[in-house]
Amino acid sequence: MERVNDFTLKVATANGTGSASANALLMKAIFRMGAPVMGKNYFPSNIQGLPTWYEIRVTESGDLTRSGEVHFMVAMNAQTFAQDHAEVASGGYLLYDSSWPRVRELNRDDIQVIGVPLAEMVNLEFAEVRTRILMKNIAYVGALAGLLDLDMAVIEASLKETFGERKAKLVEANMRAAELGYSYTKEHYECPLPLRVRRTNLTEGHIVINGNTTAALGAMFAGATVGAWYPITPSTSLMDAFKGFCERYRRNDDGEREFLVLQAEDELAAIGMVMGAGWMGARAFTPTSGPGISLMNEFISFGYYTEIPAVLFDIQRVGPSTGMPTRTQQADLMECAYAGHGDTRHLCLYPADPGEAFELTVSAFDLAEHFQTPVFVVSDLDIGMNEWMVPALKWDERYRPDRGKLLSADELKQLPGRFGRYLDPDNDGIPFRTLPGVHPAGAFFTRGSGHSKHGSYTEDAAEYQEVMDRLKRKFDTARSHVPRPVIECVHDAGGGGKKTAGKPRPTRCGIVTLGSCDVAVREARKTLRAGGTELDYCRVRAFPFNEQVERFLREHDTVFVVEQNRDAQFRNMLLMETGVDRRKLVSILHYNGLPIASSHVEEAVLTYLDQGQVA
Amino acid sequence: MTYMKKPAVHHSGLPANELGYTVRDYEGGMSTLCAGCGHDSITAALIQACWELDIEPHNVAKMSGIGCSSKTPAYFLSQAHGINAVHGRMPSIATGANAANQDLHFIGVSGDGDSLSIGFGQFAHAIRRNVNMLYLIENNGVYGLTKGQFSASADVGSRAKGGVVNEQPPIEPVLTALSLGCTFVARSFSGDKEQLVTLIKAGLRHRGFAMIDVISPCVAFNDHEGSTKSYAHTREFHHPAIHTDFIEPKEEIRVEYARGASMPVELHDGSTIVLRKVDVDHDPTDRARAFGYLERHREAGEIVTGLLYLEEEAADLHAHNRTAPGSLVNARPRDDQAAILEEIQTRYR
Repeated sequence: MERVNDFTLKVATANGTGSASANALLMKAIFRMGAPVMGKNYFPSNIQGLPTWYEIRVTESGDLTRSGEVHFMVAMNAQTFAQDHAEVASGGYLLYDSSWPRVRELNRDDIQVIGVPLAEMVNLEFAEVRTRILMKNIAYVGALAGLLDLDMAVIEASLKETFGERKAKLVEANMRAAELGYSYTKEHYECPLPLRVRRTNLTEGHIVINGNTTAALGAMFAGATVGAWYPITPSTSLMDAFKGFCERYRRNDDGEREFLVLQAEDELAAIGMVMGAGWMGARAFTPTSGPGISLMNEFISFGYYTEIPAVLFDIQRVGPSTGMPTRTQQADLMECAYAGHGDTRHLCLYPADPGEAFELTVSAFDLAEHFQTPVFVVSDLDIGMNEWMVPALKWDERYRPDRGKLLSADELKQLPGRFGRYLDPDNDGIPFRTLPGVHPAGAFFTRGSGHSKHGSYTEDAAEYQEVMDRLKRKFDTARSHVPRPVIECVHDAGGGGKKTAGKPRPTRCGIVTLGSCDVAVREARKTLRAGGTELDYCRVRAFPFNEQVERFLREHDTVFVVEQNRDAQFRNMLLMETGVDRRKLVSILHYNGLPIASSHVEEAVLTYLDQGQVA
Repeated sequence: MTYMKKPAVHHSGLPANELGYTVRDYEGGMSTLCAGCGHDSITAALIQACWELDIEPHNVAKMSGIGCSSKTPAYFLSQAHGINAVHGRMPSIATGANAANQDLHFIGVSGDGDSLSIGFGQFAHAIRRNVNMLYLIENNGVYGLTKGQFSASADVGSRAKGGVVNEQPPIEPVLTALSLGCTFVARSFSGDKEQLVTLIKAGLRHRGFAMIDVISPCVAFNDHEGSTKSYAHTREFHHPAIHTDFIEPKEEIRVEYARGASMPVELHDGSTIVLRKVDVDHDPTDRARAFGYLERHREAGEIVTGLLYLEEEAADLHAHNRTAPGSLVNARPRDDQAAILEEIQTRYR
């Protein structure tokens, strides 16, 4: 199988053996050789011993998504060997530890099997048990370096960065292990294989990073000072990263913290703390996942009605209930958009990758204060925890937080008449806000019970309804204010990178999606186009849906709606929130917990166009 | 939370405090609680204490949960921001608000249902974090707004208005707070204004979580014979264990206290609490002994009041965090952020 810079490699191991660092090393080496690369970690909700896989796609064409095929399998886990062996595409390769030959199981004649006695070699070289386990992983990285033509100098450089001067001994030991695998494959196989990596320069100006880290950076750069959370996979690393960055960059000259992170007793308290801090005027946030949002519902309804800014991250995992905590899904779309009892609806942002998670996190803090309401950054495990290659993040020094209609002490001093918290002087649905401790003229009572536009308690029908209608007006104002969709129409497809095209031209077929489906849909669209099927593209980035989304739906006869949940939540939201004819919207769903693959989208589109329905 | 605007009647000749305010400047809206409700006396004590301490009204953040008690922040300090959280969740609001701005005074008003049932977890964890706030539990043993169900603080043997007798043991806020490491534990009675005002003042000046369990009879649902939270019962079994004087830094300690019987404790702002023992077997700085003392008197059916435990040197939420002085509301504007972002990203290249 001749595949240069265009293949998927999958490593099967048991978790807790140190394979994660070996796989990261492998991915980094390919990235540093200039080849675009995707990494997906399929890990168990467990600390040690259960099967885990790492999938790396090398993609010179820049399709950073699961292709749906595996061309090279590194089968290191006896428990899953049969399954891994079966998964290799015809014509592909399988590398395994031939210290224990598996003659009977290796019964395919359409793949090439590469045996490397990893354990045997490592056990001869290293004495200590734990070291042997760890080094076996580095040895397969070395073997792959030989087979795939990876630069050992790049691997050594990465190890040096990881361990630093102080642990130079570890660099040396790791390199010895890598050399074992490298020399063996060089000696016993024709290296490099036809499937290999070729040095190029397509990763310049890019970084490899996960979306929880970029969201944490976004929060710090946006000026968040209070974070409250309750640990939950897959959101935990977001707060870990935020704390880490703040420890380094948000202390004063005396080393005192200019931030406060609260590990709450549960999600009910975490969101309460965020509401308290937001009410006081600080930029505050909580990262969580679906079960956490379920617990937070009462306070989210409170925040909507009392108009307190807050930022919530939902790093979606597989539901319902505990579901599969280490697998990905987009099944909280409706939960986030309509969280809480009563008539509530919330601003939601849908980043497509870690780069956008950074940008949209900053937007989320601005929108939360501008509209005085809880804002959701609806990310998922795939974006949050997997390593993505994205353009390096940029920061505009001119950025100033949008604090919205916030009255200062001076403004309050000069206020003609009495301050009314929920008045709408500008007729845009957005009232003026005051903070505790600023000026007595700004004092008011924040209450989740029925209140009038002055903020006073009411059970009066007209007074209650007036506030509810104004809240609806505020939401309508947000429609044109939230980030616009990315629309690419056929005439500018393939131009690459061009975002938010000017005027979409009416054509017959369109495809609409959100969040992490983006990369899969992009590749599918490209492949389909090569086969003569052209689809216009609209990637929604925010709720409420802007006018551009409505127009896209209007101007197309058939619109595929791609999303990662069973119940077509996104499609249902489009039906509820726009005037689109329901017969136009064709669902393409994926909800087994793995990130959606481009082949899934391609096949669904072709099946529909062929047979009038999606299989 | 019902609210009626109070008529602005100016009484000339009311004394002013150091800020030039009279007690009226510390009042709020008209109470809509039942006539004779213990909670209104507590509101009056809060007003008196804030006035006496010369607290700038708008520098207070007042908060509550849900229930009769939680209505009361609307009835004092109308110049201060207030927030009425969801049921049992005021401690988390207080924690977040305090995290954001440590410069204000925080007053939380809760009830026995709010703190000991639905909000028991949050109550415990706010104590654990030693959030710097005054936390009042207006304790009447019943759910008033839903018309008279027992709360978790109802005593064994206490009889409801309809005749049902409570058989489940109470969750006792003072012993609970003590066991959780609360740094200021007090109990009082809404009918003892003098003691209550002093305790509120000391609690406001204490740096850390100051919990005052105030027995506050519900005249509508729990003030009958057979109730252990009635005015009559509380008056009869009310047992002041310790007499507390609160002395501000501006005042000179004029009284000479007899050695052994009294104990001055200096607070962070320079004011002093002088504890005078009524019972010689109670030591308010020894947690284990305080526990034994309180348990003995509880078994005897007595309602021990006063500042029962005090630990002034414990670190509060911000001391633990080593937070920079001042508020975190307006994040310090930063330059060179683009360069910092560049620097951070080198490890991801």
